[in-house]
Amino acid sequence: MYAYDEIDRAFLSERVSEFRDQVARRLSGELTEDEFKSLRLMNGVYLQLHAYMFRVAIPYGTLSSAQLRRLAAVARKYDRGYGHFTTRQNIQYNWIKLAELPDAMEELAEVGIHAIQTSGNCVRNITADQWSGVTPGEVDDPRIWAEVLRQYTTLHPEFSFLPRKFKIAITASDHDRAAIKIHDIGLKLKRNDEGRLGFEVLVGGGLGRTPFIGKTVNAFVPARDIVSYVEAVLRVYNQCGRRDNIYKARIKILVHELGAEAFARDVEAEWAQIRDSALVVDDDMVADIRSRFSYPDYQELPETPGELVRETDPHFRTWLHNSVAPHKEPGYAIVTLSLKPVGGAPGDATAEQMDAIADLADRYSFGEIRVGHEQNLALPNVAKRDLPALWRALDRIGVATPNVNLVSDIIACPGLDYCSLANARSIPVAQELTRRFADHDLAAMIGRLHINISGCINACGHHHVGHIGILGVEKNGEEFYQITIGGRADEGAVVGTLIGPAVRFTEVADVIEDIVEAYLALRARPDELFIDAVARLGVQPFKERVYATR
Amino acid sequence: MPLVKANVIVSDDFVQVADDAPLPDGAILISATRLLADAETILRRNGNTGVVWPNNRSVAELVPYLGRLAVIALVFPTFRDGRAYTQARLLRERYGFEGELRATGQVLRDQFVFMLRSGFDAFDVKKDSDAEAFCQVARRYSVVYQPTGDGRATAHDSRRALQDEDAR
Ligand code: SF4
Repeated sequence: MYAYDEIDRAFLSERVSEFRDQVARRLSGELTEDEFKSLRLMNGVYLQLHAYMFRVAIPYGTLSSAQLRRLAAVARKYDRGYGHFTTRQNIQYNWIKLAELPDAMEELAEVGIHAIQTSGNCVRNITADQWSGVTPGEVDDPRIWAEVLRQYTTLHPEFSFLPRKFKIAITASDHDRAAIKIHDIGLKLKRNDEGRLGFEVLVGGGLGRTPFIGKTVNAFVPARDIVSYVEAVLRVYNQCGRRDNIYKARIKILVHELGAEAFARDVEAEWAQIRDSALVVDDDMVADIRSRFSYPDYQELPETPGELVRETDPHFRTWLHNSVAPHKEPGYAIVTLSLKPVGGAPGDATAEQMDAIADLADRYSFGEIRVGHEQNLALPNVAKRDLPALWRALDRIGVATPNVNLVSDIIACPGLDYCSLANARSIPVAQELTRRFADHDLAAMIGRLHINISGCINACGHHHVGHIGILGVEKNGEEFYQITIGGRADEGAVVGTLIGPAVRFTEVADVIEDIVEAYLALRARPDELFIDAVARLGVQPFKERVYATR
Repeated sequence: MPLVKANVIVSDDFVQVADDAPLPDGAILISATRLLADAETILRRNGNTGVVWPNNRSVAELVPYLGRLAVIALVFPTFRDGRAYTQARLLRERYGFEGELRATGQVLRDQFVFMLRSGFDAFDVKKDSDAEAFCQVARRYSVVYQPTGDGRATAHDSRRALQDEDAR
């Protein structure tokens, strides 16, 4: 966890008072909606179908129990008692009143939470692997570097009005849980042959209308130079990125039009000018930031405690197998809390659930909670002997569905139920699918399968990189859905392939069932994953199966 | 549009001259094309010269004239177009321009802090109320996180200073 000091707190309160002033000027009519728009957007405030939506950042997906409790309190006081966790380590409130927003912000600021740059054409919330600092095998904790970059990009005077939004993600693991290849900048922490810490830098990933997988523009930028390198990328983009067409304004288009090599050369030329400047991340700064992340006082605990062995409830064993991952410390585990109950809206949590999870974090996870881009939460520091007790408590509040990474662990955007840009609903599609695949044995037999749903081409549900992607489109005023298969968001990121003509709302779940049945019939072995079967077979057999009878 | 310099509203000594109009005596503000067409002659005349530089043209082209230009006016066609922030920083920090750097176009109060930090020192403000609020708005943030040419101490500098004090 990162502790804010006086300086950060002073900054946040200045930010709240600035926004209070902006809201007052909007309410009095001094600011037009157009002028207010870019200001509210820089504070995470969108105008949705029914109300203002407020998007709050959870930098690098780390929360303290006190912060989660405050998120719950804001949900209760200013919203309708729940919040929605997004694919970018944010939480969204859908029913906030403009006049009350400054107060909500002030309450969040008291616990070091804010909505700065969660929207707008600036550098957005920096995301990281939700298992940062606790998963085995990392060369360093990516959150240290996410925090370096968070501070550097906060209200950056030069880069607050970029051609378009700009997203940065960081991982230090070979298995990429942060989806760095679909970010404007993806950073992979590593050590070079001499053992120095640095980053592989990928640029130009992104989804939306024209999906691209990020390309490596520098295979090793020393950690001390990462800020100047990012500044060089941003500067080239700010000057050369397209501003004539909103759909061509992301950096991915610039990289594509220039070619990754030419783009990299421009960045290198700029970087050479600023590399040895005040932007060097000196050891002092890293040490300071590192010192403000608190790491638990782990005990020496047995890897296989008696409590764990003795708990033979088959539901517990199923959950243990599905939702509990190895920890870097012996005797500890990382526990994922599924926010994907059967029939639920993916990523939604009620204020009561948040409060209960905060209490459980205090009791079992050194007061720490993580938020992942899959729209689930995690308790990162659970002693294995506590797992049975924790499971019972999680089950009672409905966040122990053992479906992590399975077919009903669906990623979905808010869609037409909330979003003013949507073509079609996402949530009801997800809900129906979770009902179809509610049987755990079936889901376990199917194995790892990620379904992603977006309500429009903006792709907030990352449908392009779902193993199965579902995209809402509109045809003659009716909701239709395009289905892609074979996408993935991890270290082997690829964009999925369309299987054929779009289908109606009422057909989507049947089509997905057909695809899954085709996979079960075609897979080479029970452990050949869906995504591997599609890679081996191509889309044709799936397409035939889906459209043969339609 | 009120011009703000050093926190106060001042009168503008510079006359903006159209490309086809004859050059008057005194301080003038001309377009980039006009300047580059005959820079040496124009810069030799009596009276200060300023140039309005578009945001899609490299400021490196101005390098030969920087010491003789009194004003460079950079343009914000809309407040959403942030290219001039980069131009401003390059002029100040890379090319060492010491004259007046003026923000023009859609200049609203909520950009003042960003502009000041990027090296602007004159502001053609769109609204009177924003110009009047300049002083208060400019001081809004006591904390900044990134080093720029304005030389303000960053959050990290302040932390280090606090630690040094503690150590003493
Ligand atoms: S993908 Fe489209 S519908 Fe879904 S949240 Fe994003 S903008 Fe809205």
